Amino acid sequence: MTAHRIDLGERVRVEVYGVRHHGPGSARAVRRALAEFGPDAVLIEGPPEADPLVELAADPGMEPPVALLAYAPGVTPGAEGAGGRRAAFWPFAEFSPEWQAVRYALGAGAAVRFCDLPAANQLVPASGEEEPTAEEPSTEKPSAEKPSAEELSAEEAPPEEGVRLDPLAWLARTAGYDDAERWWDDVVEHRDDAVSPFPAIAEAMAELRAQIEELPPSGLPPGYLRREEQREAHMRRALRRAVKEGHERIAVVCGAWHVPALLARVPASRDDQTLRNLPRAKVAMTWVPWTHGRLAHWSGYGAGVRSPGWYHHLFTAPDRPVERWLTDAARLLRAEDLHVSSAHVIEAVRLAGALAALRGRPLAGLDEVTEATRAVLCEGADLPLELIHRRMVVGERLGAVPDSTPMVPLQRDLAAEQRRLRLKPSALDQEQDLDLRRPLDLDRSRLLHRLRLLNVDWGVPREEGRSKGTFRESWTLMWRPEFDVELIEASAWGTTVLGAATTHAGNLAADAETLADLTSLAERCLLADLGDALPTVMRALSDRAAVDTDVAHLMAALPALVRALRYGDVRGTPTGPLRTVVDTVAVRICVGLPPAAAHLDDDAARVLLQQVDAVDSALSLLSDADHLARWRRTLAALIDHPHLHGLLEGRLTRLLLDSGDLPGVADRMARAVSVGAGPDRAAAWVEGFLSGGALVLVHDEELLRLLDGWIATLPGDSFTDVLPLLRRTFGAYAQAERRTIGERVRRLDAAPAARHAEADAFDPERAAPAAATALRILGWKAPS
Amino acid sequence: MTTDAVLRPHAEQLYADELARLAEHDDRPRPPGWRLSPWAVTTYLMGGELPDGTAVSPKYIGPRRLMEVAVATLATDRALLLLGVPGTAKTWVSEHLAAAVSGDSTLLVQGTAGTSEESVRYGWNYARLLAEGPSEAALVESPLMRAMRRGSVARVEELTRMPSDVQDTLITILSEKTLPVPELNSEVQARKGFTVIATANDRDRGVNELSSALRRRFNTVVLPLPETVEAEVDIVARRVSQIGSALELPETPAGLEEIRRVVTVFRELRSGMSADGRTKLKSPSGTLSTAEAISVVTSGLALAAHFGDGVLRAGDVAGGIVGAVVQDPVSDRVVWQEYLETVVRERPEWRDFYRACREVS
Repeated sequence: MTAHRIDLGERVRVEVYGVRHHGPGSARAVRRALAEFGPDAVLIEGPPEADPLVELAADPGMEPPVALLAYAPGVTPGAEGAGGRRAAFWPFAEFSPEWQAVRYALGAGAAVRFCDLPAANQLVPASGEEEPTAEEPSTEKPSAEKPSAEELSAEEAPPEEGVRLDPLAWLARTAGYDDAERWWDDVVEHRDDAVSPFPAIAEAMAELRAQIEELPPSGLPPGYLRREEQREAHMRRALRRAVKEGHERIAVVCGAWHVPALLARVPASRDDQTLRNLPRAKVAMTWVPWTHGRLAHWSGYGAGVRSPGWYHHLFTAPDRPVERWLTDAARLLRAEDLHVSSAHVIEAVRLAGALAALRGRPLAGLDEVTEATRAVLCEGADLPLELIHRRMVVGERLGAVPDSTPMVPLQRDLAAEQRRLRLKPSALDQEQDLDLRRPLDLDRSRLLHRLRLLNVDWGVPREEGRSKGTFRESWTLMWRPEFDVELIEASAWGTTVLGAATTHAGNLAADAETLADLTSLAERCLLADLGDALPTVMRALSDRAAVDTDVAHLMAALPALVRALRYGDVRGTPTGPLRTVVDTVAVRICVGLPPAAAHLDDDAARVLLQQVDAVDSALSLLSDADHLARWRRTLAALIDHPHLHGLLEGRLTRLLLDSGDLPGVADRMARAVSVGAGPDRAAAWVEGFLSGGALVLVHDEELLRLLDGWIATLPGDSFTDVLPLLRRTFGAYAQAERRTIGERVRRLDAAPAARHAEADAFDPERAAPAAATALRILGWKAPS
Repeated sequence: MTTDAVLRPHAEQLYADELARLAEHDDRPRPPGWRLSPWAVTTYLMGGELPDGTAVSPKYIGPRRLMEVAVATLATDRALLLLGVPGTAKTWVSEHLAAAVSGDSTLLVQGTAGTSEESVRYGWNYARLLAEGPSEAALVESPLMRAMRRGSVARVEELTRMPSDVQDTLITILSEKTLPVPELNSEVQARKGFTVIATANDRDRGVNELSSALRRRFNTVVLPLPETVEAEVDIVARRVSQIGSALELPETPAGLEEIRRVVTVFRELRSGMSADGRTKLKSPSGTLSTAEAISVVTSGLALAAHFGDGVLRAGDVAGGIVGAVVQDPVSDRVVWQEYLETVVRERPEWRDFYRACREVS
């Protein structure tokens, strides 16, 4: 029973507790063992830089889940993109053994030391030579190494690494359990003798390590083993230091894998050798609030916890965990107005028990409880089960840190950006005009747009700014204190403004409800220059566009997309993915339009008319020959559809006439306005045909003649029917256009053709200065 | 009549041998009234190998946990409701469960719009009733009543097709486990082992929703569509060969490639996403169940055998696929056209299929 204990000399006794990170069973066992052992110093696996911060854990304002955050202060966004993540988190939940050890030690007045390799050594940038302290021989340069190998979660790590990260889970899996906590429960917790499990764990780990070391090292990322060796060397060194400080009863809480290494007697000189000249990075540490949700999908200890809420329940529930859990689930469902009775809970408990028996397990675990919840409480429905998963299995618990905690990196990053861009926060509102052709202003604009994506509305664009052109932006800047809160919340998404905005844009894309939300998000991403987020947004956009059955939505989305595409060009943002989306949306519109255009009433036809116009102008703006050709083909096929509304038919005729794709327009018009067609249909046709611009009538004399002829030959009572419709069409024209048309009509009979062939010729030389000025006004040439 | 001449033998006849072997090797405790222990029932459904080397064929291809929940439900004498879209093997599972638990899958009430209360509770032999007055002898038992007397599993198919008032007669049976016969001033008390497996589908139109009172008395297991292409191809290939031999179709090599293609088309349209996960698609109004895939392939086989060159080709299945996909002539046609143009056309190895589909649509 002493495999986890060593005695150094007469007085000093060391106990090493190998735990599962975030394992409630381990947490309880650690708590029990510590109370029994009564150490005067507790060493915990974690970054030693956090030693000065550890007192905060006893602060009443500190509520787990919280995390120790180590980050490199003042690293530019560019370096983050190149070298991977420049921050590491060590999260602690209520049920983490480490947290329980910290709390116990602070309560009992024992010293607390973190004994892992310093974060300064773990956060070394990928290219070691940038560091001033990187003096080690070149063979040991950690070139391909990840900043912290533990950032890999146990699931995605290769098998051997998985064993090293969470050896207890591996033992559990070998024993046929998919949930290590249940294995722990079955093997450790449900034994009545309450014997400390740590000696057995130490023995098992020694055995496991001996076997693994015999295998050829395969599947591990390069540098992993060396990093591991360094970490264990540092743990031993911390242990020696604690002994030297005069502590006599020392407890060590670390990942189970490391237990044999800590117990091994290694000469101090060898560890010093291992730890000599490690590259260091500048690192700052702080506590940040954490959430169970973050604990679930990413964790600094690598051992990702898929069901933190369940673990929390296991740790806090005094007895009958299954019954309590199912009762809680029932209460949750009731709060959502789903009818769940106590009888349901009884049956669910019975089913969970029967399932556990069928699977040969002593007590129902999360799997059985979930199955029972689905089959009985949720009556087979997945939606309420998802609710339970979100609220209970993962849990929506958000931690809190006391006020005295140092700042989060996102705030520091913002401060650095503000200095760089010479934008000072001020509580008064300021106007700021940005000329996007200047790099400084462009960066300012991007920063403000990124902050807006993070709900930090420091700058608000002024409405009138939009109309001045694509290279000018006007902002109103005003700093409010609550932005700090927003920044701390946003720090969960990243440590820099760029990184956080990118992550958040991805989240927004995943949660977006409508196509319009996504198009606007895409536009915002372009404005904020979030090149990394754009593919995600574009994917979501193309997915949404694909399932949207309403071609009207697609048509409404296209103009904004094309605008974004053009706008991106102006700002120099890469728009490749956006282009793909535009392409598919355009194709889908062409496929979907014909069925959508049939059998419309007047109002619907009017709506569609506007959309057809918008799509047509958007596609013209895009000036892609393929798309235009396809679009025109679609329209040409549609135009002869028997059930097409007159308004649309007229409009399509006009569009195709403008593009020159339709022969015999005059015949068509004659046909449309001939006696065979009802007057209201003919008038609708004319309205559609003439809507939006009078110029065709001013310039195309033949058409004007045709129209004139039709009106002149209308029977008296039909004319009164048609008159309001015609008035509506012509009323939309400008006064000058109406007058010109009127004059044209008067001179119709005497109009001479080919009048201005001569006036069309121009002298390029004389026009050159004017053209240059125009280009400069448009901003296509920067002022010199 | 021997089993060979029967068009469709019952599960307990077809797999009598497996059941006997399972019972032989089953040393675990059996709940009262059960022929096999819950563990053996699970093995019977999911397949496995017995100590003597007998291979038990898998009856249900899908998540094991679902079958475990189903068996555990029956073992806690709760009623089991199998829910799912058409073609997810609900009836199949209920038949095999009944066969394994009670050795009898024939105590069956088929739910239709015309199912009457008599067929759920009991009816009368009217000649006898008039001649002798109400008596045990004049009583005509329903399958449910017989199951209660015997202590075995009763099956109710298509529960949601029954009128609501008939559904609700089940409430007393499920909660009190008795069936009162007021005419005789007596009752039938269910023996241990009695329980009910009901199936219902939640997708079809024209169903009568279960009352919540009845719903509460069931544990619900939702049978999903097959999870992976491989699983579904496996199911389709198995069933097609079984059906093909039962119908004594001329021997045709059921091209696994063609089956895979049919399954892929069905899965892509059903899930609204192309197999490589890169293109999202609209889903048609039909269910496109595995069962429909099976019938498309079977009829394709018949076409190939009788009218084609004896090999299952794209042209043989194209018609069936279009028929299965395009149920609503307007909206589904758009879906199908879009799918054809954006997905099928892009796959060079599917060119023959594309051409065949263009021909029939």
